[in-house]
Amino acid sequence: MKLIERFEQGKCVVTCEVGPPKGIEIEKVIEELVPLQSRVDAFNVTDLQSSVLRVGSMATCRLLKEKSLEPIMQLTCRDRNRLGLQSDVLSAAVLGIENLLCLTGDHTTLGDHPQAMPVFDLDSVQLLSAVTALMNGKDMAGNDLEGRPPQFCLGAVVNPGADPIEPQIVKMEKKIAAGAQFIQTQAVYEVDKFAAFMKKVKHLNVPIMAGIVFLKSPGMAKFMNANVAGIHVPDEIIDELTASGKEKRVEKSLEISARLIKELKDLCQGIHIMSLGWERHIAAVLEMAGL
Amino acid sequence: MLFTKTKPIEEVLESLGNEKKIFLLACDGCAEACGTGGKDGLAQMKDEMEKAGKSVAGTCLVDFLCNKVLVTTRLSREMEQIQQADSIVVLTCGIGVQAVSKVVSKVVHPADDTVSLGGMQGLWPSDERCNACGQCVLDYTGGICPITMCAKSLLNGPCGGAKDGKCEVDPEKDCGWQLIYERLEKLGRLENLKKAYSPRDHSKMLPSEDVRKTSFYDLEK
Repeated sequence: MKLIERFEQGKCVVTCEVGPPKGIEIEKVIEELVPLQSRVDAFNVTDLQSSVLRVGSMATCRLLKEKSLEPIMQLTCRDRNRLGLQSDVLSAAVLGIENLLCLTGDHTTLGDHPQAMPVFDLDSVQLLSAVTALMNGKDMAGNDLEGRPPQFCLGAVVNPGADPIEPQIVKMEKKIAAGAQFIQTQAVYEVDKFAAFMKKVKHLNVPIMAGIVFLKSPGMAKFMNANVAGIHVPDEIIDELTASGKEKRVEKSLEISARLIKELKDLCQGIHIMSLGWERHIAAVLEMAGL
Repeated sequence: MLFTKTKPIEEVLESLGNEKKIFLLACDGCAEACGTGGKDGLAQMKDEMEKAGKSVAGTCLVDFLCNKVLVTTRLSREMEQIQQADSIVVLTCGIGVQAVSKVVSKVVHPADDTVSLGGMQGLWPSDERCNACGQCVLDYTGGICPITMCAKSLLNGPCGGAKDGKCEVDPEKDCGWQLIYERLEKLGRLENLKKAYSPRDHSKMLPSEDVRKTSFYDLEK
């Protein structure tokens, strides 16, 4: 199922992120997602998020598919050159994966193998162009593919909290011109700012999904504010979370996420949930948000 | 100018193995300026060698070890001592080590590591950097190089990782694409941001035959 079909149905599309494990015991990760099948349209599988070694996105996507969970394979430019990337795109098609999310990727120095060579042979725009070329039956070098070409729904990402925002928007335009059919954003905690961003990109006419990251603790919020580009958790939310106390923290955190989703969903075309280990709470949050 | 750092002495000693008689050679050029060569470097290395129980067969200081004519001339006076030594420890950059290896038929041990300065500099070593990519796009980027100034060398930058105009790799490092954006804005050329750059041709990093034939590539050609 290509995600674009869900957008065309006019519903608020819901996706959530899956982080493969740092080891081969992946069964539990997949099992925890099965109950979400009827509530979540598709599952993003990250590609060595934060440059930390884990099981790859492609294998995980295939396992999801085998459990009737729709995967979105994330593909970053950090680890593979254009040959490796194009090959993985073809391999993904062979395994029945229909949705790709193309991004630049975190730098190697951020992860647990900081001495590794950062590849970045392509950037996200060039990667989208490459996949579009493959979908038209040619590889990047102009060679014809044998047989029918792969078909995907292509996604890209944007950071609506970036300052300055203009270069992000220009790049978003480039990504769409290169073939991106939907956009997922970095986590949003300020509805007004997001509304302003959405106004600026209205002309691009592409479905946009607001990112939601569950705030597990006030400490996590403060950490993200200090360290993660484009994320800003306002003081009011941090105070609200702190005031609830440790015992009610999970409940309050889910309540905050649900409230954000409720306010954001009418501003855009979908919600992308990054639960960071709290996958078991996703159903409850969606319930509270009326999705 | 090449930038060097002294290798940990354990690394040099491990490389020497059972070699006993060592000839010490140091560069008085870049390495002297970096504090890894020169007269002082030579003296320090002599101490370290003797401390480790090695015998120093001789020492020699040459203005520029990258200049093979100079090296040949200066070492001709030391040839007897060099031949008697088991090997040579050289305090110089990677160019110097390779040059000396061509001039003497002796095992050569580098005492220094040549450290990346992020690309080539001009004759005036300021903070401009060039990686000689062979596909210059500086006209589109306001004169700021995306290959050397962006940690990911992105052509279609920026990425989403910059925070407060600083790179995700190091909060003290400017985001290259932030600099490009600010410069383009100043020049009234923000439309350049819309350029969709094609992927880089990395095969250009291998010097072609015609380039290798020039005296720019090899003075001795």
